[in-house]
Amino acid sequence: MTNGNSLSDWQKQELAASLNRFPERKESFTRHGGKEIARLALPEELSEEYEQQLGFPGRYPFTRGVQPTMHRGRLWTMRQYAGFSNAAESNLRYRYLLDQGTTGLSVAFDLPTQIGYDSDDPMALGEVGKVGVAIDTLADMETLFQEIPLEKISTSMTINSPAIVLLAMYIAVAEKQGVAVDKLRGTIQNDVLKEYVARGTYIFPPRPSLRLITNIFQWCGTNTPLFNTISISGYHIREAGSTAAQEVGLTLANGITYVQTALDAGLELDQFARRLAFFFNASSNLLEEVAKFRAARRLWARIMKNRFEAQNPASQMLRFHTQTAGSSLTAQQIDNNIVRVTIQALSAVLGGTQSLHTNSRDEALGLPTEESVRTALRTQQIIAHESGVAETIDPLAGSYYIEQLTDQIELEAEELIATIEDAGGVVAAIENGLIKSRIEESAYQYQLEVEAQERIIVGLNDFQVEDEERPALLRVNPAVEDEQVKRLAEIRAGRDNNAVERLLAELQIAAESDANLMEPILAAVRSYASLGEICRVLRDVFGEYRD
Amino acid sequence: MTTPAPHRVLIAKPGLDGHDRGAKFIARALRDQGFEVIYTGIRRSPEEIAAAAIQEDVAAIGLSSLSGAHLRLFPAVLKALKERGAGEIPVLGGGVIPDEDIEELLAAGLHAIFTPGTPAETIIKAFRSACETIQHADDED
Amino acid sequence: MKTEDLLARFKARDPRAIGQVISQVENNGPQCSAILAALGADVMDSTLVLGLTGPPGAGKSTLSGCLIRHLREQGQRVGIIAIDPSSPISGGAVLGDRIRIMDHALDPDVIVRSMASRGRLGGLCAAAGGVVRVLAAAGCDVILIETVGVGQSEMDIVRLADLTLMTLAPGFGDDIQAMKAGLLEVTDLLVANKADLPGSEALCLEMSATFRDRSQRDGIDRVVRTVASQNQGIDTLMDRIEALNTNHLEQGIRTARRQLSLESETLDWCLELLRPQLLAAIRGQHQPIDPRLRAEQLIADRNHDQRQ
Repeated sequence: MTNGNSLSDWQKQELAASLNRFPERKESFTRHGGKEIARLALPEELSEEYEQQLGFPGRYPFTRGVQPTMHRGRLWTMRQYAGFSNAAESNLRYRYLLDQGTTGLSVAFDLPTQIGYDSDDPMALGEVGKVGVAIDTLADMETLFQEIPLEKISTSMTINSPAIVLLAMYIAVAEKQGVAVDKLRGTIQNDVLKEYVARGTYIFPPRPSLRLITNIFQWCGTNTPLFNTISISGYHIREAGSTAAQEVGLTLANGITYVQTALDAGLELDQFARRLAFFFNASSNLLEEVAKFRAARRLWARIMKNRFEAQNPASQMLRFHTQTAGSSLTAQQIDNNIVRVTIQALSAVLGGTQSLHTNSRDEALGLPTEESVRTALRTQQIIAHESGVAETIDPLAGSYYIEQLTDQIELEAEELIATIEDAGGVVAAIENGLIKSRIEESAYQYQLEVEAQERIIVGLNDFQVEDEERPALLRVNPAVEDEQVKRLAEIRAGRDNNAVERLLAELQIAAESDANLMEPILAAVRSYASLGEICRVLRDVFGEYRD
Repeated sequence: MTTPAPHRVLIAKPGLDGHDRGAKFIARALRDQGFEVIYTGIRRSPEEIAAAAIQEDVAAIGLSSLSGAHLRLFPAVLKALKERGAGEIPVLGGGVIPDEDIEELLAAGLHAIFTPGTPAETIIKAFRSACETIQHADDED
Repeated sequence: MKTEDLLARFKARDPRAIGQVISQVENNGPQCSAILAALGADVMDSTLVLGLTGPPGAGKSTLSGCLIRHLREQGQRVGIIAIDPSSPISGGAVLGDRIRIMDHALDPDVIVRSMASRGRLGGLCAAAGGVVRVLAAAGCDVILIETVGVGQSEMDIVRLADLTLMTLAPGFGDDIQAMKAGLLEVTDLLVANKADLPGSEALCLEMSATFRDRSQRDGIDRVVRTVASQNQGIDTLMDRIEALNTNHLEQGIRTARRQLSLESETLDWCLELLRPQLLAAIRGQHQPIDPRLRAEQLIADRNHDQRQ
């Protein structure tokens, strides 16, 4: 294809189709004074190298973005992840947010729920309702979404090892509301591989966990085609201390593993690949982060096209959510965190994110107050409406430094993926400790640099102030745990326990076979079998992973 | 004999949170200062931590918790140690811990509490002095 | 604490006392000799010592978890010594092997002790041998010694153990090549773990060939397939261990091995105990002769002094 032609070809195809379906936010974007802002700034000559490495937004290799109009068409989703201790309180908050015009909910679960323990389990002591909502049975999920029309919202659930159970509960709530299941929209995180190396909420060993994920891909591909069945997450890998390039390499290696496992199970690539979503970290090194997002997008497109031979562009696109780096926040001089978050959020927007969570200034101390949450959201709104960076596509493209760094990160990530494959793939590299040791080494070196003041963190190891006053913090009422335990006891007393036992026994038989477990779990959930009871059955069949 | 044996300490994460970056950094920093560090991984119950500390005969225990459950979990480890006749092993704690909780934990018998931003040097020094305290107590017997 | 009190609590199987006694032995503490003297000569008679080696990732820890569970179901009291290398620079160590056996942390009949190799000159046996006997005296019927890798400390463990098990899995081709020269030759049983993965068949064939002579001699197949993560093959492995152990007992192999082990341990201790004296004699005396000749002279002087 000759140079001039490819641009007009893109304009006639991807861009025209996009503008046709979704007009841009404004008829024209102008600077103060009325001069038009370019939608997409381009080099004077479109070389072959330019097209191979950068191309056009919405077209392979997607370096400049996954949509032809990017944030001019639609701003990123401002999705704030939040945890409230119990289902009733969360429900009130969600309804308030929906009244304010929010269309996307984000559910944070408490740790016992994330690890498949009921609130009355001894392991749950002191943790119930602490970092999110406690869900024991379908009754809690019904309360969580009471009077919220599930067909009208999209729900993001941060749940991994027991994702299949929580998803089944969500579907059961939809059924009870009379909502057609194929209308459900949302995302489950469902990325168990990074749990073993970074986040820690694993339950079962890797192989049976991959089976559960494939079961979800398969069931949802047919029944809930609008639901994102996984959010492949580099965020926590970075929080655990990896470098930017390791974040990309390890995340995409996990992505490759999910795709390969699903293909091995006989799934059609285009049936699930377009429902894969990604989740990255935005840290404070602005330019490195922008390059990272661009490199990740290009590398994934290449992997999908060359290795898996994905033909559908939707299957080649890396769509991602971003959260600013929690680990970069300091407990000292906490207002400085607002500045950090601004830089980080800016990198995500410049890097072409599809949705964004901005951390609150006081999160290094505990749960954020309402006021700090608002400031965090305002930070996104200022970037969106005042900074101007959302009015042109991929504005840093063509910078010598950005392009060089994008190439370097892509190369480093590719090398890491190759190293993991030489070691027998991600599962083997989890089991023999290769991935963890790589992350730990990076984390250790970074921390040593901070300790030695080779790396300055303002307010932490330099520019400190004496006798700083510490701000007031939000606390979870300790009574939440006792109330939740009581509520679970009531549900257990009120349900048909014979039916629960029968359905759990059927689940066990299915788990011992190769069957898809979605239906047996749905049946158990509908009978008010608890999350802990269902996971107990699976723990007995699959075993438990120990690091 | 020739050189004194290295100090043995145990680093553990009670509760369910999986954020072990801080705990692992301290484990490695202690190793690099000549300590032998027994690391028991994430998600340990207070009883398991106490039992392991006793079997390993460590001179000090370091706990890390970032989920906000420290007020329940740290004292539970002290209680489990006392029940097993090992109440004299000093226990140090770290995590996202508000000032008023620090006072409560120290009053409950924690040897020291560290919050984000405490330099590693301070933490290592505290472990060293905790180990030496218990060793002197042994010598006097 | 007085040694008598400590030993009294140790005999009552107080976990705290067991831990403290091990520390005394491991650190060569002031009460070490008195403790060892109190153990008795027959302390090892009813204890089986198993060495577990293998590269990281082959599933050694999962396998040892299975063995512990199996032995506990039979009512046996189990001791585990998990050995990790010390940093040659700082002398410290991170001992992380406990993590995968934490499931048994609350079982009073499972005693786990992590040990750093501490770069001992006289070899690891010098300290680990004492700890093995302490665990036996604490009532352990079976003692597992776990190490990672294929270094010198593994060879030391082989000397201490009645039987040595090597865990391998498909995909460890390079490790196997490296081991063939040494460790494999002194391994008693080869555990081909992850037998459900592709490549397992080839691994078993290769190992069976390596062990063919020994297997044919007494009819005990030296290669055992397991899927430790699913607890498969553990019964067979236990049967094989028992058969081999019985065989060794009947043929006097176990006694001979233990004798050899005690001899080399004694030698290690001699060198360890002589070290300070020799060091004192050597230090600060710069003589213009070859070190080897100087050493001969020192030993000769020493023998002469002792005769007088």
